[in-house]
Amino acid sequence: MKQYIIRRLLQLIPTMIGISIIVFAISALVPGDFITAKNSPTMTLEKAEQLREIYGLDKPVVQRYFTWIGNMITGNMGDSLQHKQPVTKVVNNYVWNSFVIAFFSLLLSWLIAVFAGVFSAKFQYSLFDKLVTLFIFLCMSLPSFFIGLLFILIFSINMGIFPVGGMTTAGLGAVGWEHIKDVAYHMFLPTVVLTMLSTGSLTRYFRTGMLEVIRQDYIRTARAKGLKERTVIFKHALRNALLPAITLLGFELPALFSGAIILEKVFIWPGVGQVYLESISVRDYPFMLGFTIFLAVLTLLGNLLSDVLYGVADPRIRLK
Amino acid sequence: MSVEVASLEKNTKVSVKQPDSPWRAALRRFTRNRLALMGLIILIFMFLICFIGPLFSPYVLNDYDLEVKNLAPNAAHWLGTDKLGRDILLRMMLAGRISLTVGLIATGISVVIGATLGALAGYYRKGVDTFIMRTADIFMSLPGLPILIILGAILSDLKVDASDRIYFLMLIIGVLGWTGLARLVRGQILTLREMEFMQATDALGLRDRRKIFRHLMPNVIPIIIVSATLGVAGAILYESALSYLGIGVVPPIPSWGNMISAANNMIDFRKRPWLWIPPGLCILITVTAINLIGDGLRDALDPKMKNR
Repeated sequence: MKQYIIRRLLQLIPTMIGISIIVFAISALVPGDFITAKNSPTMTLEKAEQLREIYGLDKPVVQRYFTWIGNMITGNMGDSLQHKQPVTKVVNNYVWNSFVIAFFSLLLSWLIAVFAGVFSAKFQYSLFDKLVTLFIFLCMSLPSFFIGLLFILIFSINMGIFPVGGMTTAGLGAVGWEHIKDVAYHMFLPTVVLTMLSTGSLTRYFRTGMLEVIRQDYIRTARAKGLKERTVIFKHALRNALLPAITLLGFELPALFSGAIILEKVFIWPGVGQVYLESISVRDYPFMLGFTIFLAVLTLLGNLLSDVLYGVADPRIRLK
Repeated sequence: MSVEVASLEKNTKVSVKQPDSPWRAALRRFTRNRLALMGLIILIFMFLICFIGPLFSPYVLNDYDLEVKNLAPNAAHWLGTDKLGRDILLRMMLAGRISLTVGLIATGISVVIGATLGALAGYYRKGVDTFIMRTADIFMSLPGLPILIILGAILSDLKVDASDRIYFLMLIIGVLGWTGLARLVRGQILTLREMEFMQATDALGLRDRRKIFRHLMPNVIPIIIVSATLGVAGAILYESALSYLGIGVVPPIPSWGNMISAANNMIDFRKRPWLWIPPGLCILITVTAINLIGDGLRDALDPKMKNR
């Protein structure tokens, strides 16, 4: 196992090099830079040149790539041009706001998906199953921004139950328990939307897994023994149906930290996704590049984690 | 239990009759799937409205008429008008043309790249395989939406003309989406190439190109069809998200996504929901329909999944 993990980690190196080259090349294609994007009226040509020299934007592309990659290897992602702080610090400032939403929607969507999946498999072809199936497809087809906007219009503006956006009530300055309640109140709608987005495919996954399992002989045996139906379904069947889902946890890893770019924009949530979107529009290269690489690393590690978990969960799988 | 026995009996009866061709059997399975049929009908309906509907509209695209600006839905303008007095229904139908076309062509690009590279990797194995699949790994680990947003921003910077932009958009979405299919096709080809009919093609001394495209590819067409259908749904969602952010299809050309960006204006968002809700529903309905069809096709074309 240890050998397998080490080999996989070594294999990540060429992939990472490839990713870094593509990401850097794309960003180098962008005409204009942080200085032009700022579009300041007091900016003279000379001053712009000076600033470019300070930020190192006047060097040739290849040289900039090697400087950047050299820094990245030592863990130095550089300073965000916009926030005037190290990229890692900016990420750290905002990523937890995104994490809260992602974490709760992960919990909720797994909970809903397990129950909906189990029951719609148990009562296959029933009305409930049909409704769940339709719901699954609707969730899988949701344009996130549209549903976010729609919810804000219905629940926040017309019904006035939830705030229009943001993370805290402006000027409230609450601390402690009050602060937590305020944030929970603000995060309700974005969390619901994010949950809907991921529940669809998860439910489908559990439903299929469950359908496969309850057809197996050992389930018939369990029933023949006279066990209660609840014990058969939730103890004997669910355990095996959940097993392959463990690999999905690995794939969820990047989503926990990546921030929901579009939803955060719609709900004006101060998460890392919104900061990232902003960094693209103002050409804040260090942040844009650093965070993109961060996401890619998370994806790769998530894939590795899911493979390892699969080997741990299912003894029939031998990792070599 | 009793249900299973009944269905078994039915199956044996069917097999006594003249066996169907695989495609005919798939068609029969597909038409029995009510959700998938519903999806197909909705999608056809959507295409008809978008491509033929505008011919019956009394209005012309980009026909500014400030005297009728910001009207709520009424008899003359079924879905109202926007701030320039343009008819929303007409714009929405034309936007549908754009969004559907972008989705279809972007997926077409993904399929051509994915199927070809997957087949090459599976057929030649060794170095070719390693190279192609490593590249696929790299593309798969790129964060999709962020890269699309960066590329969209580049298109804006390059001041690409609004109508040329659509082609670049198709290309970008298409090029980033080939990896999934490539993996599937490669896996299939790896097993198929060891089968006896391939030995026959060896014996006949066929050229590689003929072997791959004439003898191997037809066997993976079912996977390609399913993956392409689901791909169109994804591509439409990507396009709409980019257009909503203002870096996909840009005005004056309408697309469902950029019509929704009307909601970025607080007054339009609150007071004039007819500007942005109908196009949003169009996206939702179309993508759901396509997903239903794709799922029905998967059940119909993949005999292993028949029972689900």
